[in-house]
Amino acid sequence: MQHKKQFEQPPRRVALFVTCMVDMIYPQVGRAAVQLLEEQGVEVVFPEDQTCCGQPAFNSGYHDEAVPLARHFVDVFHPLIASGQAEAIVLPSGSCATMTSHFHLELLENDPAYLKRSEELAAVTFELTEFLVDVLEARLPEASLPGKVVYHACCHLLRELHIDAQPRSLLAESGLDMVDMAGSDECCGFGGLFAVKNEPISVAMGNAKLTSIEACGADHVVMCDVSCMTHLQGLLQRQDRRCRAMHIAEALASRHPKAKGEFNTPAQSKALDVGDRPRRWQDVGTN
Amino acid sequence: MRSRIDIEAPFKTRVKQAVANPTLADTLTRATLHLKEQKRLSLEELEAQRLRDQMRQMKAHTLRNLPELLERFEHNVVMNGGRVHWAEDADEANRIIGELAEQHDVRKVVKSKSMATEEIHLNHHLEAKGITCVETDLGEYIIQLAEEIPSHIVAPVIHKRIDEISDLFAEKLSMPRTLDPQALCARARVELRQEFLSADMGISGCNFAIADTGTVCIVTNEGNGRMVSTLPRVYVAVMGIEKLVPTPQDAFLQYQSLTRSATGQRVTVYLSMTSGPKRLEDVDGPEEFHVVLMDNGRSRMLADGYGESLMCIRCGACLNVCPVYRQISGHGYGNTYSGPIGAVISPLLSEEMVRNKDLPYASTLCGACRDACPVQIDLPKMLLNLRHDLVSGKHMPGAERRAMQGFAGVASRPAAYRGTARAARTGTRLLSGFGDRNLRRLPPPLHHWTRQRDFPLMAKQSFREWWTKRSGTRGPAT
Repeated sequence: MQHKKQFEQPPRRVALFVTCMVDMIYPQVGRAAVQLLEEQGVEVVFPEDQTCCGQPAFNSGYHDEAVPLARHFVDVFHPLIASGQAEAIVLPSGSCATMTSHFHLELLENDPAYLKRSEELAAVTFELTEFLVDVLEARLPEASLPGKVVYHACCHLLRELHIDAQPRSLLAESGLDMVDMAGSDECCGFGGLFAVKNEPISVAMGNAKLTSIEACGADHVVMCDVSCMTHLQGLLQRQDRRCRAMHIAEALASRHPKAKGEFNTPAQSKALDVGDRPRRWQDVGTN
Repeated sequence: MRSRIDIEAPFKTRVKQAVANPTLADTLTRATLHLKEQKRLSLEELEAQRLRDQMRQMKAHTLRNLPELLERFEHNVVMNGGRVHWAEDADEANRIIGELAEQHDVRKVVKSKSMATEEIHLNHHLEAKGITCVETDLGEYIIQLAEEIPSHIVAPVIHKRIDEISDLFAEKLSMPRTLDPQALCARARVELRQEFLSADMGISGCNFAIADTGTVCIVTNEGNGRMVSTLPRVYVAVMGIEKLVPTPQDAFLQYQSLTRSATGQRVTVYLSMTSGPKRLEDVDGPEEFHVVLMDNGRSRMLADGYGESLMCIRCGACLNVCPVYRQISGHGYGNTYSGPIGAVISPLLSEEMVRNKDLPYASTLCGACRDACPVQIDLPKMLLNLRHDLVSGKHMPGAERRAMQGFAGVASRPAAYRGTARAARTGTRLLSGFGDRNLRRLPPPLHHWTRQRDFPLMAKQSFREWWTKRSGTRGPAT
């Protein structure tokens, strides 16, 4: 495992790797991450040429296809770190942090020039809650969400990066009404392409997770990856369940009712009513 | 009898059959969580991480010195009066054991639980020669009655509830139905006692074998292993070459690791150690002792970079923590070995990569197996490597490859990425009828997502658009 850089002074400027899913689908998670960092007096830099870490390809065995993305990540972020324009890279995702700080090094194994730079980046790459707790030792303003909140530990975060105490301590001190669930460290069944390739298993695993969530009476299940969140939220909405899945950044950045309009939480997006008939052209190419 | 999983069916069919069973996942979840908790409690008593580190060092040392250790083992077995047979593959192992049976006019074989003989389908082979094979481990006995294969490395019948076993005993043994496990067990004992006394040959697997002493060790709780290895005239132990340990100290290290990881026991009820046939002064024991050392793909795994998977001690801990295993059961894997370790070694043993190409993908790579493994085998890493092998060997669908190439082409060029993101937004808006509703139908292959899950729309304003606008109004961020 890569050794993380020890900062003498808390970093003042960080580069945000917002991840492709947050960029395209959940900008509110990115905005919440920016808010949390700026509240701590940290300036956020967003390199606009950033794309995707390449995880979908790598995890499916397409290593050759993932290599250009690993190189691209280095090309985008290394100049910022090398020039001191940013002191660290922060990501609101455990699995993308695993990809960029572990698996990129494997992909670039036979490319010494890129490998060296990739290693330098890995040493200053932090998942958001890891950065807030381990590097900034941050004390966050009180958060505010209606109802009970439960934490789901995403697999890469927990078992590749060994980050667990950080998000849990932030939530414990957030003022949110936290509850515990059985098997909070068990996989939700997303697994990247697994969710599509092995739909029946993925959904059965997700439903097992939903049973645990429901049993603890949570209104929000929060986690550090929007990918697992999409899977759980998709199941919750399809089954008209009360609970909502939410990224931890949004939960921690929720401040008071007035701020709600700014944060377009998944809870606010609506599902089709059961009685609502889908349009005919929506059926094209399905079944 | 409840719906069964057809082992010969394609993977997707097996999964469907497993998921359609209304009680299977619940049965497996309760049973595996129990085993997981037992393991946790028993490892709490000692320095678990130190045990794991010692185990890994010992197994790595063994694999590095395997040829020499195997020869030392053979030498010592022979010195003790036993015989060692080298089998390159399953066919050769079956042929050797079949010939031994013929030489000794064997009509009936009693067997102790053995994954190695399941791996080579020994029973079918012997039965084709007219030899009766009787499984004497209670779980295996039930499996044999039900004409199934084991669904768990340690607990072969873990997928069956007691009422199903009662139905089976009623049907096959004409026993009155009962939900009393002791009554069911007692009935099996009565049946099996006659088999032990009338068998000509005993066959077992091997939990570990000691090179320095030429000793085969089998770890059991029921005593059947002891009878298999001592009562019949001929005793044959079948072992994969990776089951070797160098010294008796190493054997007890592995014994400790195995019992605590498998069932959470400090010790098992029996540990049977056989170093040779009956000697003149011995009261009992077999007249002949044979060991079949089986390769069946293992050397190739070692050569191809999958040697780490040969450190496996078959404790089943990775199955007991695997959320996929709980949903599809051992039978969902369609092979002798199931769970995460089965997903790794099934495609590699006997070069059945193409038949088993779905197995490396039957994992979310959640890593619970690696954390549970008493030898710290990096199972997710092995699965990733197998996926890469499958892709490199062009065993995956062309459409998938083209999609991945397209994705990589787009995502490595920022302008193309931004354009595609905008197109995806328009696309999902279009599919939603320009509403704010989630998507409930997507075209194949994404219909596998939306059949049972909603998919969110792309955001009206992406993060980068928000950022640009914000930087514009607030001045450049830097």
